[in-house]
Amino acid sequence: MNIKKYLRPLNIDEAYGLLQSKNAVIIGGGAFLNLGNREVETAIDLSKLNLNFIEEKNGEFLIGAMTTLRKLETSSFAKENFDGVITKTLSCIMGVQLRNTATIGGSVYGRYGFSDIITTFLALDAEVELCNGGKMSLEKFLEEKIDRDILLKISIKKDNRKAAYINMRNSSADFSLINVAVAMKDNRFRICVGARPKRAKVAYEAMSFINSSEVNEETALRAGEIASTTLQFGGDIRASAEYRKELCKALVKRAIMEVIQ
Amino acid sequence: MKEVNKSVPKKDGMGLTVGKPAYTEDLAPQNALTVKVLRSPYPFARIKNIDTEKAEKLKGVKCVLTYKNVPRNIVTRAGQGYPEPSPHDKFILDEYVRYIGDEVAAVAAEDEVTAVEALKLIEVEYEKLEPVLDFERAEGHPSIIHPEKEAHEMFPTGFNPSKNIAAEYHMSFGDLDKTLKKCDYVVSERYYTQAQNHTAMETHSSFAYVDINGRLNIVSSTQTPFHARRIVGEALGLPLDKIRVIKPRIGGGYGGKQALHGEFLVALVALRTGRSAKLIYTREEVFEATYTRHPMRIDVTIGADKDGNIKAIDMEILSNTGAYAEHALTVFMVAGSKTLPLYNKAEAVRFGGKVVYTNHTPAGAFRGYGAVQGNFALEATIDKLALAVGKDPVEFRVQNMIKEGETSPVFKIMGEGTEGVDMTVDSCKLEYCVKRGMELCGWKDKYPRKQIGKNKVRGIGSAIAMQGSGIPCIDMGSAVIKLNDGGFFNLMVGATDIGTGSDTILAQIAAEALGVSTDKVVVYSSDTDLTPFDCGAYASSTTYVSGNAVYRAGRKMKGLIEKAGAERFGVSKDEVEFDGEFIRTKDGRNSVSLSQLSTELYYSNKQKQLMVCESFCGEVSPPPFLAGFAEVEVDLETGKVDLIDYTAVVDCGTPINPNLARIQIEGGLVQGIGMTMFEGVKYGENGKLLTNNFLQYRIPSRKDINKLTVEFAESYEPSGPFGAKSVGEIGTDTPPAAITNAIYNAIGVRVTKLPVTPEYILMELKKKMK
Amino acid sequence: MKINLKINNINRDIDVEPGEVLYDVLRRCGFTSIKKACGTSSCGVCTVLLDGMPVPSCSYLAVKADGHNITTIEGIKEEADRIGKFMVEEGAVQCGFCSPGFLLTVIAMEREIENPDSQGIKNYLAGNLCRCSGYEGQLRAVKKYMGVSE
Repeated sequence: MNIKKYLRPLNIDEAYGLLQSKNAVIIGGGAFLNLGNREVETAIDLSKLNLNFIEEKNGEFLIGAMTTLRKLETSSFAKENFDGVITKTLSCIMGVQLRNTATIGGSVYGRYGFSDIITTFLALDAEVELCNGGKMSLEKFLEEKIDRDILLKISIKKDNRKAAYINMRNSSADFSLINVAVAMKDNRFRICVGARPKRAKVAYEAMSFINSSEVNEETALRAGEIASTTLQFGGDIRASAEYRKELCKALVKRAIMEVIQ
Repeated sequence: MKEVNKSVPKKDGMGLTVGKPAYTEDLAPQNALTVKVLRSPYPFARIKNIDTEKAEKLKGVKCVLTYKNVPRNIVTRAGQGYPEPSPHDKFILDEYVRYIGDEVAAVAAEDEVTAVEALKLIEVEYEKLEPVLDFERAEGHPSIIHPEKEAHEMFPTGFNPSKNIAAEYHMSFGDLDKTLKKCDYVVSERYYTQAQNHTAMETHSSFAYVDINGRLNIVSSTQTPFHARRIVGEALGLPLDKIRVIKPRIGGGYGGKQALHGEFLVALVALRTGRSAKLIYTREEVFEATYTRHPMRIDVTIGADKDGNIKAIDMEILSNTGAYAEHALTVFMVAGSKTLPLYNKAEAVRFGGKVVYTNHTPAGAFRGYGAVQGNFALEATIDKLALAVGKDPVEFRVQNMIKEGETSPVFKIMGEGTEGVDMTVDSCKLEYCVKRGMELCGWKDKYPRKQIGKNKVRGIGSAIAMQGSGIPCIDMGSAVIKLNDGGFFNLMVGATDIGTGSDTILAQIAAEALGVSTDKVVVYSSDTDLTPFDCGAYASSTTYVSGNAVYRAGRKMKGLIEKAGAERFGVSKDEVEFDGEFIRTKDGRNSVSLSQLSTELYYSNKQKQLMVCESFCGEVSPPPFLAGFAEVEVDLETGKVDLIDYTAVVDCGTPINPNLARIQIEGGLVQGIGMTMFEGVKYGENGKLLTNNFLQYRIPSRKDINKLTVEFAESYEPSGPFGAKSVGEIGTDTPPAAITNAIYNAIGVRVTKLPVTPEYILMELKKKMK
Repeated sequence: MKINLKINNINRDIDVEPGEVLYDVLRRCGFTSIKKACGTSSCGVCTVLLDGMPVPSCSYLAVKADGHNITTIEGIKEEADRIGKFMVEEGAVQCGFCSPGFLLTVIAMEREIENPDSQGIKNYLAGNLCRCSGYEGQLRAVKKYMGVSE
């Protein structure tokens, strides 16, 4: 990557101001900075903004944008809450080297289709807090057109929901070719499907079916089938749309069954 | 045997592990110019105009090379013996570019940033040509990939560039059609294999400088320093006495560094600028612009009589060599010559096919070298036939396979590009390998399948394989052993240690032959000025070919030491013996340590240097054998296949260094497993390789490998050094067939196209359920 | 830009380009033990320890490391020798190109995880690719080194 200027603003407003200039980008972990031949005028480093934290406040878990994937993965917060689903999700991602580099902010703000953690956060009904856009649900954030904003933190309600994450990879260190996260609170399910290969989505039709049914293997599979027909799937070099649909059925079923166990 | 069949620690092991500077880039001078290559964005085009003026004017740019200012001598970069079985079809730079990634121009600059910047300033006008991207339509395609009049074959190989045919070969014995007609069981199948990439961790690297005597020195991550010297000389029109090639430590080769890559360019830059120049490939360049395994389409038909005796085998191949024909003929021939002899009782065998040019990244040598592709097709079809006959596939193999003391007509008919040699296999413990492998993997309990829970089924599958040990009558290795004062030895070999540990095992062979301990042997290898000739590290040749040369040199040196001792004692040579430390008269009256004798020899008494040189060129190529067993678990809801266990029992003769032999097998297995299960190759519509980095092209990680079980059979090859045969390639051969056979045994789906994908498995399962 | 890196416990003021990655800067400073194989954070070959944690130096901007501790094999010779011995005795070293990054990751694992089992070792080291060894020899060596019996 060719960078002309590298700046470490000392407060968020300054950072936001810099980001509005031409060809300015925020450098998160930078794990994939060599991909493509990028010319960057201003690179903005958020490391002086105290965004590297995991804390609990007013019944919410807050994860700062500059927290690395590995720090979150190994935190007692991730291991001890939501059946350890956050740790489980993050540990699937490539190697510790990458996870020590990539940040939660970079992973979520990038809104990558292949993302593992977005699917899980979505199932946990996480919210994002943006410098300009303010606080909004992750779901809304994934759908909004958002440009040149700074993700400050992720918040997740401490609601003790049960959760499961399942993905399918062609090899263990590859990107997900589909992933599913399911969470359950007060016997209400939330089903999310990512790497379709586009961004993760909430499978509402599948949810309303399972939420009004007795939950067993059969209905769980039915929920998966509904998710596979109501969500959009596409093909890429990893898998065809048709295969992703098939996987969606099986993985949703398995995630639901895992959650009720 | 004291020093061989012993796990001596690898000589360079500690230094490499702790990161001592040892590889090409580590050794390049700090002020070396950086060479970068402008590569074609089109699969097939003619350069109408190329303007380098702006690039040349950029500050820091020292040299720009295009087809207009480099010598126009056509060569093959294959890195093979001479005359090469690969046609000469490559210029250093040409006005035609034949694949996305082909070299258009090269820039040498003071630093990398400037070189990259300069590449952007080169203005190229291309005439885009219709590319040939489907290898099944390459023959006779309106686009002729090699229209240049200079392209030629070195001896008849079926080369026909006007039809895009790089090579063609056919052989047969017996009457195939008639024999098949008489067979009670005949099965056929068509298979496809992919363009696997070697992915050595060190990318292809070289640097060059002109030394004080005006000679060109090239340091390169090459598997073939002597061939590199010859080919650079040929391409640049430089006498060989002006060139020295040095191979330092290499970060993995597997065949991918047999051919030449950056050597021409760094050499030209060094000669033109007088500066040292380095070219370190990026990972993307390795994927797009080095070599792959030859993708093949293989049709196999096998027939057996009612008792299950194999009577006829037919194998027809269409191989895709990409834009240049490096190893085109030979890889394709090995697909037959190193598989068909496994079933040597067949009365009729036919083998043949064509190798075509396409506008894809060229294919070249890759561990297994055709035998992998052929083995996949043959051994999968053997399973299919066993099923038709109604026999356990392992028993069916044992009934039909080659045994010790037997021969196959194929040995004589097929060599590598030429006729082969008649030989019997004097060491073949395949029966033991199969029997032991069955015990280790629990075949009897596990065959064919076991249901594991509701949605998972385990299956077990097998395959057998053979390779060779060097190319007989062609591959030559030699060794010099020099005695030093203090009583230690220098072993100088042209043999090329590419990480395999060959320096260590050759030292072990020398030590055993001399009767000394391995630490008394200091190895220096792979320097065309200072070491004697060796063909290089390929064709599973080093242990057997170079090892035999070392063995001979060691024996001869031992004789010289005893002779010098005899002279010192004033007795005849028969009266003394060297025990590794002392030279004694047999009557016990005189003795002198080697340390003492050698010091006297150089300083004080009948002074002379003791030094020997011996060579070896095999008359036969004794095959190592392997029985492989794969146990897989298939997820019926997702199609995911997990490899539970892979068992390999190997006959490589005496393993000179059991630890190093074992890791050769384990590493080979995992490369074969990668090819079978993970390493998908995808192209865009225009022929652009999409799987051109480690994010998109997935080699196995350690999480993908559950368990490998490797054992060696007790075996002794009479023609090998201390009974050794080769071990470098054989590990790669069986996984494609054994794993796909295991999948078939688990769920009844036969995978005929590599790699296996969970998508294919699930979709086939769905079809079966309908 | 001027940055300060504490490399193997020695403070160094270094001039770097804003877009330069740690790999290039450290090689330029003479730490040639570090190798590069992929450039996409995918293989672990270029691993160095940043404040004790393994990171891919090929994709880590040097400016981002300003003020941090960097450890390369050159800085932990004794530990490297100790693990290296197990590797060599097991015959687990082939071309050696992935070894320095691998060793550093093993050292980080040792500090981070108490009593890992085989699966734990594989998980921690999953980001370190090796094309030669087939991984089993490395696993045997690490298990022996760490005293893992199963």
